Amino acid sequence: MDTRQQSKIIYSWYGKPTNSDRKLRTLQYKGILIKSERSRKERCIQLGDFVLVEGENADQPFVAQLLDLYEDGAEQKHAVVQWFSHISEIPKNKQKLLKRRISSQEVFFDKVSGYDTDIAVETIIDSVLVIPLRLKDELPTRLKKEKIFCVKQSWDGKCFKALSPHTFSKLNEANRKEDGIPNSFNSFVPSDIISSAKKETKKAGSSATKTKNVEMEIESKHSASKSSLSKKRHSLRVANGIKNPTARKKLELNSPTRSPKSKLLEQEDIWALLDDDCDSQLLKPTAIKRKVKFTEVLSSPPKITCANDKLKSVFGTAEDQEVLSGTLRLSPYRKLEDSNEKVRSLNMEVDAIVLTGHKELGSQSPAVTPRSRRTCTQETSTRIAEQISLLNMLESKEEEDFLSSSDGSYSSSSEEEDSDVSCTPEKKTKPSRMFSTPKSSRKPSVHTPAKTPRKTPLPGTPRTPRNATPEIPRRSHAAQKPTSVLEEARLRLHVSAVPESLPCREEEFQDIYNFVESKLIDGTGGCMYISGVPGTGKTATVHEVIRCLQRATEDDDLPSFQFIEINGMKLTDPHQAYVQILELLTGQKVTATHAAVLLANLFCTPGPKRKTTVLVVDELDLLWTRKQNVMYNLFDWPTQKHSKLIILAIANTMDLPERIMMNRVSSRLGLTRMSFQPYTYKQLQQIISSRLNSVKAFEEDAIQLVSRKVAALSGDARRCLDICRRAAEICEFSSQKSTDEIVRMTHITQAIDEMFSSPYIQAIRNASLHEQIFFKAILAEFRRVGVEEATVQQVYRQHIALCRMEGMQSPTVSDILAICARLGACRLLLLESSSKYLHMRVRLNISQDDVMYALKDD
Amino acid sequence: MELRGEGSGGVGRAGKARRGRSREAGGQAARALLGIEREGRARARRRRLTASPQIESSAMNKRKLKESSGTDGECISQVQKMLRERLCHHRAMGKLFGIDQQYKHLLELLKQTTVCGESNSALIIGPRGSGKTALLNRVLKDLREMKQVKENLLEVHLNGLLQTNDKVALKEITRQLHLENVVGDKVFGSFAENLAFLLEALRKGNRTSSCPVLFVLDEFDLFVHHKNQTLLYNLFDISQSAQTPVTVIGLTCRQDILELLEKRVKSRFSHRRIYLMNSFAFKQYIRIFKEQLSLPAEFPDKAFAQKWNSNIQLLTEDKTVQDILQNLFHYSKDLRSLNFLLMLAVSNVTVRHPLITASDLQEASKQYRMDSKANIVHGLSVLEICLIIAMKHLNDVYEGEPFNFQMVYNEFQKFIQRKAHCMYNFEKPVVMKAFEHLLQLELVKPIERPSAYPNCPTDVKQWAASSLSWL
Repeated sequence: MDTRQQSKIIYSWYGKPTNSDRKLRTLQYKGILIKSERSRKERCIQLGDFVLVEGENADQPFVAQLLDLYEDGAEQKHAVVQWFSHISEIPKNKQKLLKRRISSQEVFFDKVSGYDTDIAVETIIDSVLVIPLRLKDELPTRLKKEKIFCVKQSWDGKCFKALSPHTFSKLNEANRKEDGIPNSFNSFVPSDIISSAKKETKKAGSSATKTKNVEMEIESKHSASKSSLSKKRHSLRVANGIKNPTARKKLELNSPTRSPKSKLLEQEDIWALLDDDCDSQLLKPTAIKRKVKFTEVLSSPPKITCANDKLKSVFGTAEDQEVLSGTLRLSPYRKLEDSNEKVRSLNMEVDAIVLTGHKELGSQSPAVTPRSRRTCTQETSTRIAEQISLLNMLESKEEEDFLSSSDGSYSSSSEEEDSDVSCTPEKKTKPSRMFSTPKSSRKPSVHTPAKTPRKTPLPGTPRTPRNATPEIPRRSHAAQKPTSVLEEARLRLHVSAVPESLPCREEEFQDIYNFVESKLIDGTGGCMYISGVPGTGKTATVHEVIRCLQRATEDDDLPSFQFIEINGMKLTDPHQAYVQILELLTGQKVTATHAAVLLANLFCTPGPKRKTTVLVVDELDLLWTRKQNVMYNLFDWPTQKHSKLIILAIANTMDLPERIMMNRVSSRLGLTRMSFQPYTYKQLQQIISSRLNSVKAFEEDAIQLVSRKVAALSGDARRCLDICRRAAEICEFSSQKSTDEIVRMTHITQAIDEMFSSPYIQAIRNASLHEQIFFKAILAEFRRVGVEEATVQQVYRQHIALCRMEGMQSPTVSDILAICARLGACRLLLLESSSKYLHMRVRLNISQDDVMYALKDD
Repeated sequence: MELRGEGSGGVGRAGKARRGRSREAGGQAARALLGIEREGRARARRRRLTASPQIESSAMNKRKLKESSGTDGECISQVQKMLRERLCHHRAMGKLFGIDQQYKHLLELLKQTTVCGESNSALIIGPRGSGKTALLNRVLKDLREMKQVKENLLEVHLNGLLQTNDKVALKEITRQLHLENVVGDKVFGSFAENLAFLLEALRKGNRTSSCPVLFVLDEFDLFVHHKNQTLLYNLFDISQSAQTPVTVIGLTCRQDILELLEKRVKSRFSHRRIYLMNSFAFKQYIRIFKEQLSLPAEFPDKAFAQKWNSNIQLLTEDKTVQDILQNLFHYSKDLRSLNFLLMLAVSNVTVRHPLITASDLQEASKQYRMDSKANIVHGLSVLEICLIIAMKHLNDVYEGEPFNFQMVYNEFQKFIQRKAHCMYNFEKPVVMKAFEHLLQLELVKPIERPSAYPNCPTDVKQWAASSLSWL
């Protein structure tokens, strides 16, 4: 597990505290060093720099400017930032205000007050360039494809404004300072870091670190599959959070089939990498590599000053493979880098690709002759020579292993080296081939972006279309408009019809509204448990509350929030809840375990710039699992300090928390509960009347009859509406001549009878004569034995006796068994399995009285 | 078996000359029994029939064949074809008897869905053979012929026996709806993905613009046992919310179906139930019998049709026929059993025997309502019968207590020694063999011993009982 520790990212202050506040016990700093142990890179970010901040979605980090850095009394590192909004963060309806096309690189100076500007330093990913521009200016074309942002306007939540001259100049200033960094680079690097870097170089020679590096390599490939830096960190956290022993295995399965091709599409990712790359070249003293960079800097200063741009322009447009070639192209450096024997430290992505691309080539070029011609410093070359010979030995051995096991085990050091070895002759012999046919080497691999090993279908089989839109075809004829009053009434009474208001639930509505509203205003989280029997308007009321709140946020009365809803019955498995929540929240599609980690991460860490989330969990009881993990997590998140999560949980039983939840879960659910009582007949009456509104289709008494009947039975509003609809239908049916009929008591009674009458008695009455005699025989046998169970044999005897009394032909045994089976299929009888033949036991599924009643009238 | 015997009997009676024909009749009846009827075979038979007069020479045959000339043979084959189709194919062909009310209700319901885009749900409940599927098919057929409905209704047919869990059912729904995640004829992706996709698809629609979807769930009671009733909940939930208009029709024979629904599912179900109860009296039953056998007016040979129909009319007034029907009616009211009886009778119709008689029906009824166990006993050897008698004795003496072979053998020995004079005393192994034969015929059943595995877990026992039961 040492890989995990190595992959930590360490944040440390740069320099001494500049300012200290005794009262607040804060210490201010002017810069921060971000050191990733894994890749041995360090970046220094200073006040005024622009940074990328981790967002809830790994693909879209936030952009911000660093205004202040301080450490509080509890030794927590904080940063104060000025936010910039990406276009995707601005509500869709407000985007129209811009009236121009926004490039993906443009951000807006954020003046929205709602966001927390104080963030934890740990959420900072990287530094970035933001260039202020006048409104009419275009981003210089040479910067078009890079990870550079431009800012033209400010955004205050309501409208866009041009940047004020003050902010403009301030931004410009900050930018100039940043631009200056590469130039004044040397002065930035503290000498002790350089010395430590030197020490590292020496260590790198030893095989002990070598194996470590291999491990790191795996890790990096692992994260490289996520490709963007921020994603890397996500996955890192995942790896840290759950010590999943299968992580490596998965990786091995995944990596050999990775194709850079699909990644090429995500240019942003490459930018991120390149940024990282350039930073590592220009800003940070890194172990091993650093040294080479210094020689670069010293030997060819003019190149390095523009290296930032140059590298970017080379890489920015290039595809991954070309990135490699690009590095190869810079031949003077390339050799140095090569001698450094770690292309990886420059760019792990490239490494990984070469590795997959050149696996076959690797065996072709075990000879390392080109290396001997290198003109690098004496000590490095000798060290490398040693290593290569050592690794070649390893390689040939591993090659066999690889072939024999054929599982593409990535953990071997040789293969990593393989790439290095193979790329050298490639460079020397056919440098042009790489450019002309970059795809050829890429083809054989198939990329699986998923983190976990998913079943990838064979290449031949067709895959599910990725972007299939879920849609039902449209109808060819327009739906008919209701023609008569009764039809109109029927439509209005359909449960699906959304009423203008929800009568009879005003109190509950107000309570829920107040609860959510107060939480929204406070910016905190909380849970509410809503219970009630089916058809009492729980979900409808909650939806109404949400609609009202959304209306309020549109009018800017309330801070905006995100509304998501899951339904336990619409999940295939309780753990799918995570997947759905994450997908609704961020649009990512991941597996359940991964989603759980990402969500926990999202809700438990102080997230900057996050809206409050209102989550409605319908049919809560179905999220029950043996360990109750899902419920526990759901109710734990709102209690976290920074979660800003409001949960409205809906279920049927009032005592669900006490009955099925563990103490730790129910305690987190809290005591904010509400129960929806079944509707009383007056309420039902009101509901029907309000739905019918002005349509005069029902008699007053008829409505009252329905409501009383339903209120007495269940208080289920759905039932009530269904009966009314059916009654309207019956009315329509019976009165085809006189068109202006309204629904009367008789229709209602008929509908109620239809819906609630027990089918058993009717079924027995309509049974054939022998079936009826069989029932009589059963009753007689029950009476004789005194037990409510009998074998067919016993009943058969009674049956024959009854037949004789009636003077009828008695049925055969086969007939009796067939009768028995028929009645059993209707579940009028309960039967044992038929293999027992005459010894099959028979029981009635209805009360004896019902049977007698049904048979008596005949 | 019966039919083949009859056929060979015919050979014996009619002699060499008619062998071909009578075998023909027997074979034909057997084919009818199996429900196989091919145009080609019928034609071949006809050819043979028309060709036969030239070959055959006996005077008696000539006279008979003059009556049943070529046209008559054609008529018979046509009658056979028409009636068999009517009696065997339940699909939307046959008339519906006594369920006009239900037909109207269902048709109106589906019309509301297709024309107005109203969502609905209903259950069609009735015992097996009461015509649930026939009703639905008939309604759908009539519906498809309406102009407004044509191409305005998507149908999804599921069967509880085929779609044994929600995962399979979802894939099938997706496939039948031809949603965009169907590749060729297959649906990929996980259960969760498919469910989310389908729900999303249905949620996007609305009452006025999307095409209504009709879900038909045959063997509805089996869907109830799916985990959490997820599919049913979702289907009923859609039918109760403002989404794509759907109508869910369930077909089941269980009367207690509503008690099986989970309370949330039950609340979402509209409680519309259409009952098919076979609720007709004997008079109607006779009328159905008549209508099922009558030839329609558009039958090509009018004279033959008239003759046939008047014969049927006579049959309905016949006392024996009425007795037969009454008997069957008392035994079972469903029309499927009536159809089966008529099928057997109709397949006896040949050129030689062009009209159905009461004895045909009697024969068919005997055949149909044969006692299977008694039939087995008829075919036993004397020794086996003796053993059964011995067992009966034991059963009477020990009041149904179990017995073993030795007891039976002793009883048999007693009989041989005391009473039998002409009976050969079989050796014990031979008796043993006979006893084993009875076991194989399941006339005797071994009792379940107190288990050899006293600590056998209950679920293993149940598993063994369910999967080893055929042994």
